[in-house]
Amino acid sequence: MTEKTIRVLIAKPGLDGHDRGAKVVARALRDAGMEVIYTGLRQTPDMIAEAALQEDVDVVGLSILSGAHNALVPAVMEKLRQSGLSDVKVFVGGIIPKPDIPNLLSLGVYAVYGPGTNTQTVIEDIHQATHKPTD
Amino acid sequence: MPIPDPIAIRHGDRLALSRALTAVENNQPESRELLSALFPFTGQAHLIGITGAPGTGKSTLVNQLAKNLRREGHPDHPPQVAIIAVDPSSPFSGGALLGDRIRMADLAGDESIFIRSMASRGALGGLAHSTASFVTLLDSAGFDLIIIETVGAGQAEVDIASLAHTVLVVEAPGLGDDIQAIKAGILEIADIIVVNKADRPGADNTARALRVMLEMAQSQTSGPQGKHISKDPCVPSTSAKPATAAWDPPVHTIVATEGKGVQAVIEDIQRHARYLKGSGLWRQKEATRLRRDLEALIRDTLVNQWQQRRDQDQFEQVLADVIQRKYSPVEAVEKLL
Ligand SMILES: Nc1nc2c(ncn2[C@@H]2O[C@H](COP(=O)(O)OP(=O)(O)OP(=O)(O)O)[C@@H](O)[C@H]2O)c(=O)[nH]1
Ligand SMILES: [Mg+2]
Repeated sequence: MTEKTIRVLIAKPGLDGHDRGAKVVARALRDAGMEVIYTGLRQTPDMIAEAALQEDVDVVGLSILSGAHNALVPAVMEKLRQSGLSDVKVFVGGIIPKPDIPNLLSLGVYAVYGPGTNTQTVIEDIHQATHKPTD
Repeated sequence: MPIPDPIAIRHGDRLALSRALTAVENNQPESRELLSALFPFTGQAHLIGITGAPGTGKSTLVNQLAKNLRREGHPDHPPQVAIIAVDPSSPFSGGALLGDRIRMADLAGDESIFIRSMASRGALGGLAHSTASFVTLLDSAGFDLIIIETVGAGQAEVDIASLAHTVLVVEAPGLGDDIQAIKAGILEIADIIVVNKADRPGADNTARALRVMLEMAQSQTSGPQGKHISKDPCVPSTSAKPATAAWDPPVHTIVATEGKGVQAVIEDIQRHARYLKGSGLWRQKEATRLRRDLEALIRDTLVNQWQQRRDQDQFEQVLADVIQRKYSPVEAVEKLL
């Protein structure tokens, strides 16, 4: 039986205006055999949850450089939950100060990555997160 | 994961629909049952194909079409619009970057629009293998219009021509692709031609060149029915149907980013639907497609059945005999089947 293709939504919530990092990750995930839906800049938590639902992704990757992660991440998590998508794994990348990380993880975020994270780490983590031992 | 309930899908449960699309895309065994349960409720939607070379503005046009189509019809029941956007899978990794949604941000927040990105997963005709099954699901879920954006290889995408009722071919000026287009035969599948990016120089020239080519193509194949339809093997070209005027593909120049010219395209899409229904071609087209699907399904099923009961040792022995020229491949098949 072939493994199910992993689908990932890469989204940029908030107002910060460049998405180079998000695109690098998106390409790396594609090269690792994943189907990556890229939605562009300035996504609201509503838009992200809606896209995650329509695309039935396994993973949502949020790229946040604006410093607004403490507001945006809980909002996205809540919208995903309301949409019945609690099983979707959420990853956060960007400029996140160390002290904020435990808080994000306590919200149910699977992993948080700082600048310069090796994309291989992200790929391995996604494989681990989406691996369903009994399924 | 359990297969979604067909009743939930028919009642507009978007999560159930989305999960069902995944099950179908991954060819989960239970998805066949689901498609069968929903099949009786299909055949309602108007299927609109959008094709054309990469970067010509297909997704931008889809965004505008969907936005404007939602304002059509009865105010109490505006049409529900589904979008399937197909992008190529990487032949190396099998992964894909699906970026069509970037251009469709205007459609966010509208509960009557459903957008699904789809990787081609090795299929070559501009669609994925399960695109037709996606249409079955979306049709049964009550979407009135289903817009399908193809990969956009820029060549004749025959799959979309047989799946969609109305095919829009999107061109852009300055690609020098007007000559390409006729080479690849893409005009033959076009019901409506859209020259996008009319804010750039050369759009009028491109439109003019396309009109000339269309006229030339038409004078070669004049018949009572739409030209690409009359070529269909299931529709005898000599059929003595009551003469309906042939459909002349209109050529529109638009600026998709600004929505300029889009309303006229929508009017032609609606006119084309009326034309197909009025001439009986709507039903003929569907019959042709279902015939093809059925034949393909029979082929696949027979191959699968054979695979399951094939005797590998016997096969290897026969193959060895063929290699030694003891008998021909044709004779070998007779021995094996
Ligand atoms: N100047 C101009 N640019 C346009 C217009 N329509 C689309 N574009 C731009 O053309 C580029 C490609 O647009 P898309 O809508 O993504 O094109 P596409 O055909 O869907 O592309 P693929 O799906 O990659 O094949 C984008 O940068 C658009 O902003 C237009 O009317 N005028
Ligand atoms: Mg596109």
